[in-house]
Amino acid sequence: MNGTEKIINQVNPYKPEPARIVRAYDLTDDVRFFQVRFADMDLALSFKYEAGQFAMISVLGAGEAPFSISSTPSRPGLLEFCIRKTGVVTDAIFRLKENDFIGVRGPYGTGFPIEMMKGRDILFVMGGLGAAPLRSVLLYCLDDRDHFGRISVLHGAKRPAEMIFRDEFLHLKKRSDLDCYLSVDKDDTGEWTENTGVVTTLFPKVKTIVPENTAAVVCGPPIMYKFVINELIKLNIPKDQILMTLERRMKCGVGKCGHCAIDYIYTCIDGPVFTYWDVLHMRELI
Amino acid sequence: MRIVKLKQDRLNSFLEAVSTDSELWGPVKKGADKHRFKIVDNPAEFDLDYTRTILPPKKIFLPPRFNMFKAMPTAYEEETMDPTKKILFGVHPCDIHGILIMDQFYTQTYNDPYYIRSRENTIILGHSCWPDEHCLCHSTGTDVANEGYDLFFTALNDEYLVWIGSSKGDDLVRIVPELFNEDLSDRDIQNYIRWREDRSKAFKAEINFKAMPDFMELKYRDAVWENLSHACLACGSCSNVCPTCTCYNVNDKPRLSENASDIARCWDACTLESYSEVAGGENFRESRSERLKLYYTHKLQAFISKYGKPACVGCGRCAATCPVGINVKTVAGALDGEEVDAFWSRYATEVTK
Ligand SMILES: Cc1cc2nc3c(=O)[nH]c(=O)nc-3n(C[C@H](O)[C@H](O)[C@H](O)COP(=O)(O)OP(=O)(O)OC[C@H]3O[C@@H](n4cnc5c(N)ncnc54)[C@H](O)[C@@H]3O)c2cc1C
Ligand code: SF4
Ligand code: SF4
Ligand code: FES
Repeated sequence: MNGTEKIINQVNPYKPEPARIVRAYDLTDDVRFFQVRFADMDLALSFKYEAGQFAMISVLGAGEAPFSISSTPSRPGLLEFCIRKTGVVTDAIFRLKENDFIGVRGPYGTGFPIEMMKGRDILFVMGGLGAAPLRSVLLYCLDDRDHFGRISVLHGAKRPAEMIFRDEFLHLKKRSDLDCYLSVDKDDTGEWTENTGVVTTLFPKVKTIVPENTAAVVCGPPIMYKFVINELIKLNIPKDQILMTLERRMKCGVGKCGHCAIDYIYTCIDGPVFTYWDVLHMRELI
Repeated sequence: MRIVKLKQDRLNSFLEAVSTDSELWGPVKKGADKHRFKIVDNPAEFDLDYTRTILPPKKIFLPPRFNMFKAMPTAYEEETMDPTKKILFGVHPCDIHGILIMDQFYTQTYNDPYYIRSRENTIILGHSCWPDEHCLCHSTGTDVANEGYDLFFTALNDEYLVWIGSSKGDDLVRIVPELFNEDLSDRDIQNYIRWREDRSKAFKAEINFKAMPDFMELKYRDAVWENLSHACLACGSCSNVCPTCTCYNVNDKPRLSENASDIARCWDACTLESYSEVAGGENFRESRSERLKLYYTHKLQAFISKYGKPACVGCGRCAATCPVGINVKTVAGALDGEEVDAFWSRYATEVTK
């Protein structure tokens, strides 16, 4: 047999590795935070990944699904996920408790292009569960702060109770080396002291943008992309410096099952991180 | 490449001699006019006068359903694939090219250990063929195989010219060297050349594959896709029978007697409605036309652009199988602006009238 490209993984790439849930707590009504550690100590310490990559998580009796890794590779040892309860696999994950086991395999997909981002100003725009993958790259930038220019974060949620990592972001606001802006569509608590309005209402607050030296990192529900991309284009940020992640059905994560295909592209190995320029050329998405 | 000769009436002695410790697979008649690859006890059961089997050889490497793992609470045990050695006899050039495409696909970027293991355990013995009205391999450039087999048998008169394509193939010949004749005469060569010329002329169906990536791009929103989708039954047969279709699904099947599951892998098809469904019932490809476009993007465009050849080996199975006449020939024809005489196009004109 004549393989043509570099073979990344010599062992069985479909085989999950047992991992222990070491911490689990609710972030919102239907999103829970999971900190997990591979049972195999060597693997736990040697597991390398990039910000923006995802892993396949399996639960005995329920199946397997892809989830973004929310922790940063700059802090090895534990993997973190935030998972929304929506169906068979995620319901089963929610039934698990600390010290229970899941299966994890990965990491898969392209991470964010950190080398391209280095030296530039970074503008993060996230909504809803979009904070799950973006937290990884944000923490990565903060752990390596000197290598990035100005960092601005726009984070939106429907209501204060639905803001993922709300306390973590409120805490970030205290830092002087980044500008963090939070917004909720609607405040139903009467205690929200940050902005109210959709995430795009935060754009006027952002300090001067030097478009050609800015990388925008966007993740959120489909409806958010449309409005946010409009704003970014208005700011003249080049299309290939607007980074986003796409979600598709995924059964393998390694370019074999076909489910994540968009035109010629396999979201799992060619993505999930794409530039807006890439996305513009996907016929199925236009 | 070394070429030897074998009298056709000695073929079965050869196959018997080389398959003592292997399963012997090959084309066997099914019903009145169909064939399938099947294990036999005796090579006399083979019917070599066949054009295409219902399913391509992919079913031998990755069966329609098999278990990948036994999942337990804190461990995953890999299911070992059937380790029996197999000899697959009677494979036509198009199917050999299909296997070559799978070899590439399953070893690129990530290895698929299940495919690789059963592939490495299988010896491929090719066999010459003659085209019928559905065979497109002349257009796809897969009418002749120059690699991808261990031995290739070209039937000429009462003899076979046997191409030895690999060291494993050479070993097989050396098990019973007395059956073979090493002397290839000028006449044999002349006969072969004439046979090839005649065969080339016998192809009735042609497709302009080189133009297809362009046409797929230009006609991505053409009405032809809607027309096709009215007739398509979303049955998935075109994927099941295609040698280059590899999509699959995975299911967790809990065992009744213990706290464990079988992680089962089964063939899937992009033409099926559930293919691109995600949480909350959202479906990225709800319409049949979107799904057919994905199928034909793979066959007629993506692969050509990436690897310079179509993901179609011209076997004609889609043409022989689709109940409404949607196949690579009629779709390419429609993209090429031809009047296509297929059920779907008649249906389309009647429905839209
Ligand atoms: C790269 C990537 C990263 C993701 N990151 C996260 C994350 O950090 N947090 C999170 O909560 N969710 C994330 N998702 C979505 C998550 O995979 C789905 O919520 C999950 O698959 C739902 O599975 P289920 O069995 O609970 O739902 P069901 O509706 O019961 O699942 C049915 C089938 O659809 C598939 N499926 C359903 N929804 C999706 C979806 N949105 N994307 C892909 N496949 C789907 C499942 O694999 C399953 O085969 C991510 C998806 C992708 C592709
Ligand atoms: S194109 Fe034909 S074979 Fe394929 S799904 Fe539609 S009806 Fe079935
Ligand atoms: S598209 Fe049709 S002719 Fe081409 S390889 Fe697949 S089944 Fe055979
Ligand atoms: S998830 Fe299987 S091919 Fe991408």
